[in-house]
Amino acid sequence: MSESKPAVAEAPTNAKMETRNVNVFYGSNQAIKDVDLDIADRSVTALIGPSGCGKSTYLRALNRMNDTIDSCRVEGRILLDGEDIYGRGVDPVEVRRRVGMVFQKSNPFPKSVFDNVAFGLRIGGEKDKDVVAQRVEESLKGAALWDEVKDRLQSSALGLSGGQQQRLCIARCLAVWPEVILMDEPASALDPIATAKIEELIRELREEYTIVIVTHSMQQAARVSDSTAFFYMGELIEHDKTETMFTRPTKKRTEEYISGRFG
Amino acid sequence: MRYTNKDWLLAGLTGLSLVVILLLLAVLLGQIIWHGAPVISVEFLTEKPGADMISGGIWPAIYGTVFMTLLMTLAGVPVGIATAIFLNEYASPRSRFAKLVRIAVNNLAGVPSIVFGLFGLGFFIIFVGGSMDALLYDDSAPVWGRPSILWASLTLAVLTLPVVIVTTEEALRTVPSEIRDASLALGATRFQTVYKIVLPNAKGGILTGVILAVSRGAGEVAPIIFCGAANFLPYLPTDLRDMFMHLGYHVYALATQSPNVDAARPALFGTVLVLLMLTFSLNLLAVIIRSRSRAALRP
Repeated sequence: MSESKPAVAEAPTNAKMETRNVNVFYGSNQAIKDVDLDIADRSVTALIGPSGCGKSTYLRALNRMNDTIDSCRVEGRILLDGEDIYGRGVDPVEVRRRVGMVFQKSNPFPKSVFDNVAFGLRIGGEKDKDVVAQRVEESLKGAALWDEVKDRLQSSALGLSGGQQQRLCIARCLAVWPEVILMDEPASALDPIATAKIEELIRELREEYTIVIVTHSMQQAARVSDSTAFFYMGELIEHDKTETMFTRPTKKRTEEYISGRFG
Repeated sequence: MRYTNKDWLLAGLTGLSLVVILLLLAVLLGQIIWHGAPVISVEFLTEKPGADMISGGIWPAIYGTVFMTLLMTLAGVPVGIATAIFLNEYASPRSRFAKLVRIAVNNLAGVPSIVFGLFGLGFFIIFVGGSMDALLYDDSAPVWGRPSILWASLTLAVLTLPVVIVTTEEALRTVPSEIRDASLALGATRFQTVYKIVLPNAKGGILTGVILAVSRGAGEVAPIIFCGAANFLPYLPTDLRDMFMHLGYHVYALATQSPNVDAARPALFGTVLVLLMLTFSLNLLAVIIRSRSRAALRP
């Protein structure tokens, strides 16, 4: 491709995460090629692109979830507050506490609502029951789920609706006080009403958290994100303010994808 | 739905097989209960056998079987579960070592049980026991290097190991990888994920598999013939180095070693019935645990 470097309108000065020359391989297969991307603090960054373009792979590199895949190898530097999360002596467990993740398919534990949210706190060593109860309530309120579940905290999380389960997963993630939240198509399996609730929640969470969201829906990216990055065939084609990306994209491919001509 | 001729044929054949199996089971159980039940009494269950083995009860055999089963479970099950956890949760799917262990486990499962008996004699009694005697004692009388309840239990533990490993691995595989990911993404270590998420969710399956393995081990006779089961021993084992009576072996002894086979028949059926009840109650326990753990997973 002739357009080698992505066009960045303005380098964010308040980058929470910076990725430099990131390459991700599955065995000998290269899924991500030389991606440079800054993720601004307390904002929503949307990753868009056609299926298989590597956006989920890139997302999973940001909290070292790719470590769990045997054949996966990450090259380059991924900085969190200026520190390389793949650096020598960095504990991936510590990285994942600071960079939380919400998955495409809601995945509550087969435990009670309360125990789901308390899980991260308890494994982190929090023993004080009052503290746990308080953080669970805060997190459920933060995920806009408290009013719906406050009378059924002890019943199984698997009895909640799909949308409620996904918000429970967000609450579970909030409970460990992450700094960054990665969301991998969090609303793709939900109906429009549940999706609207998740989107509203994302806009609220932006005040306190740095959010990176992978989405297949251009409308969703336009609705919730501050900046948008377009991936194609493992490369970052363009990254800019969402408004600019959707009205005046610089690259032809971006325009074609956004206007629905492929993907 | 309308049945074609082929459907009728297939339904007939499969139905017939079912009837044959049920009939066999009914005849077998009926025979045992018919002849065995009248023999069962408090005395039969709680007393020692008389010198002719026919009179008296079978309490030492019941006690020996339970004692041996407990020892076998303690020795074999933790190792089996740990192996399965290693293979399924820690070893990389492409690991050559893990593959080798799996092949070994599968081969172990196919070894005839009499071979396990010979292995127990050769490895545990002669090699391990013999070495312990050589190291610990000066005189020539063997202390550890002779058949005992310890070596019989360890031999059976090895026999049940593959069943425990395979069923535990199966149970671990039913735990969805999504909730493992969820746990790791919350900053749980691999150990915390296994301990707090995977094992609680696989518990029912693991317990069921373990109980079925134990129940199989409890009734095995061939492996313990050389390793510690006694023909006639009218007192209870109090030490790991004692020999012991075993229900299955007692059946064998009554059927083949008794001077008067006809006179031994009632005691024989009674013993078989007790052994069956023991293993059936273990199997029943497995069924109950399985249905309970399924119910617990439902919302």
